[in-house]
Amino acid sequence: MSDRTQPPAGLVGPIPWLRKNLFGSWISTAITLLLIYLIAKIVIALFAWGVVNAIWRVPYNQNGIAQTAICQDAKGLGACWAVIGDKYRLILFGRFPYDEQWRPAIVVVLFVALFVLSTIKAVWRKGIVSPAVRYIALAGAGLILLDNLAGLLETIAAVGFGQHLPLPFDLLAILNTVGKCLLIAGLLLLWPAIGVWVGTLALILVLMFGGILGLAPVAVDYWGGLPITLILATFGLAFAFPIAVLVALGRRSTQLPAVKMLCVVYVELIRGVPLISVLFMASVMFPLFMPPGINVDKLLRAQIAVILFAAAYLAEVVRGGLQALPKGQTEAADAMGLSYWQKTAFIILPQALRLVIPPLVNTFIGFFKDTSLVLIIGLFDLLTMGKIALSDPPWQSFSTEVYITLAAIYIVFCYGMSRYSRGLEQELNKARGR
Amino acid sequence: MVGFGRWSAKTVALAGMVAAWAVGGSALTPARADGTGSATLDAAIKRGLVQCGVSGQVPGFSLPDSQGVMRGLDADTCRAITAAALGDANKVKFVPTTAQNRFTALQSGEIDVLSRSTTWTLGREGNLGLEFAWVNYYDGTGFLVKKSSGVKAAKDMDGATICVQPGTSTELAIQDYYRLHNMKFTPILIQELSEIQAAFLSGRCDAYSTDASALATFRFSQGPKAADLVLLPDIISKEPLGVMVRKGDDKWFDLVRWTFAAMIIAEEKGITQANIDTFADSKDPDIRRLLGLEGDMGKALGLDNRFAYNVIKAVGNLGEMWDRNITPMGVPRGINNIWTHGGLQYAPPMR
Repeated sequence: MSDRTQPPAGLVGPIPWLRKNLFGSWISTAITLLLIYLIAKIVIALFAWGVVNAIWRVPYNQNGIAQTAICQDAKGLGACWAVIGDKYRLILFGRFPYDEQWRPAIVVVLFVALFVLSTIKAVWRKGIVSPAVRYIALAGAGLILLDNLAGLLETIAAVGFGQHLPLPFDLLAILNTVGKCLLIAGLLLLWPAIGVWVGTLALILVLMFGGILGLAPVAVDYWGGLPITLILATFGLAFAFPIAVLVALGRRSTQLPAVKMLCVVYVELIRGVPLISVLFMASVMFPLFMPPGINVDKLLRAQIAVILFAAAYLAEVVRGGLQALPKGQTEAADAMGLSYWQKTAFIILPQALRLVIPPLVNTFIGFFKDTSLVLIIGLFDLLTMGKIALSDPPWQSFSTEVYITLAAIYIVFCYGMSRYSRGLEQELNKARGR
Repeated sequence: MVGFGRWSAKTVALAGMVAAWAVGGSALTPARADGTGSATLDAAIKRGLVQCGVSGQVPGFSLPDSQGVMRGLDADTCRAITAAALGDANKVKFVPTTAQNRFTALQSGEIDVLSRSTTWTLGREGNLGLEFAWVNYYDGTGFLVKKSSGVKAAKDMDGATICVQPGTSTELAIQDYYRLHNMKFTPILIQELSEIQAAFLSGRCDAYSTDASALATFRFSQGPKAADLVLLPDIISKEPLGVMVRKGDDKWFDLVRWTFAAMIIAEEKGITQANIDTFADSKDPDIRRLLGLEGDMGKALGLDNRFAYNVIKAVGNLGEMWDRNITPMGVPRGINNIWTHGGLQYAPPMR
């Protein structure tokens, strides 16, 4: 350890940096000054438009219709933020019953909390691994499966034969709920992160659907705005990712040609068509093939379409990571006598996935925004709710203000994702930096 | 291989648990037909809801207000039908549909009735297995121009550029019109409503064409600047916007049709949402039959005898529905008035 010699004064610090990088020659001085002038001009103009000359409130007539004449007069000079004040609940929560809108509000908070919690490393540690805990979780899953099995049999009997089965459905429903609680408790103890995810997502569905715990039931048709965007993106990616890993492994499999073929066909088929056409099939074609009287929920159809679509794209990203690993890793694992799954889980995937964090997050962000395509099947996400708010005649000409607000919301979520991924990358790739 | 066995069993179990959760909501709900009267009505009574397909995006017809409550002529039509079917207009469920999936939604039973500004045409009634029960708005394709252009009629517009939304019946109507009159025009196709309006206002096109009701609404929304815009008197196509039901359920068709008839008769007789209770001791036999005070008019349809009373109490007569939803848009009633005021809405007698 020797004392490091400081560079001579006048070579470090902000002023020398400025002199070196911004005012190095007369050309760069000129460009710097020009850019400063332009930036200042734009910032001042935006500030004048967005804050100084902005109109925050408009009067309403006796019928409750907004009188937007002052906003019309100020058009081009100042923003009309009154449109956001009037419509923000419609844009954020859609047609969810007005008095119940605290529920989607909590859902949004829960989603954000879930994302923030997931960035904490401690959450991803292993929990208590004991047979007792595992049995609790298994018993819970068993109870849920029992109820689903009964429901499936009843559906088959009702549709196929017009008969009702003499099964205790009320009891089964209660057992299902008990099962879900047991499963969450078990998972929380086994793997806290997965338990937190399953538990939070279940709570979100309870809040949105209602119908239990004294919450009024709210049909999916009344959902809209930010919760729809978050639900489609989060559930979509959470379910798509494990499928993607399996498909990527399957596509590289050398011992199971049939599985490999299946994975190739799946990926190429899905990648070969636009998301819009998959959604369109799910909403227009699919109901025609179902027997009369059976309606699979619109949101569920869209959700499955998003999952299948995202999984195909993510699978290729994961496969890219698998390709990048040198063969020596596999051979070394084989030499140690590890089984295929041990090798994959402990040697291959951890390395492959950390290589592909940037494209993975790229795909995540892409899908977060692609969820607005569900408009074409009559589901109204955040962007569409903004458009609907703009359809109201008094507010029709203030699209700039609404779109700026929507962009801000999208940026918060997408930038959050990309910041997290950068942090994760640095954390996981420390070894490479050394 | 011991390690492998333990690991895989746990993994499979957990995967199974998550999968069990995924299907836990039991998405499939079988509907059971009882086979009496109208299957649609039976299902609606059992459900306690009438599922009504609307657009949810068109001001004046169906658009959620700032509280998220669906407002408009199409939305009120849904409420009227629900009041007739179930006695309570609040038991309506609005299902937003798109121009593409609206017919599938009705065919597959996802909705009971479609009230979504759908033009009544032979093709639709002949090919889709659906039928129109009534027209709730007689519309037509019109042109909006700037006053400064000096255009007085559609025939002055040879060689004009016209802003149109692509894929709409408007586009076809204009093509037909220009072909018929041997004139030329340049269409400017813009999908987004706000963009098409901005394009017209900024002078990118000489005229903006769509349904006359939408043009009047847009002109009205311009406030004091509305005087600079002229809605040409030519209406170049017939667009009767109707309410659709599935073919094969005639009782349900009757219910929708007579809901409208009841609202028209109420307007003829001056019965409104506010004053309906003052007619309880009316001597007019037409009114007594309408309100279910005598005759078994409702029963004949398989409904409560007071079904018309419930409809008027919930949404008012046809004129009130218009005044509440369309008048604020600045659209004159014109041919949409009842027949006694020179319009097309004519109800068969209720007896």
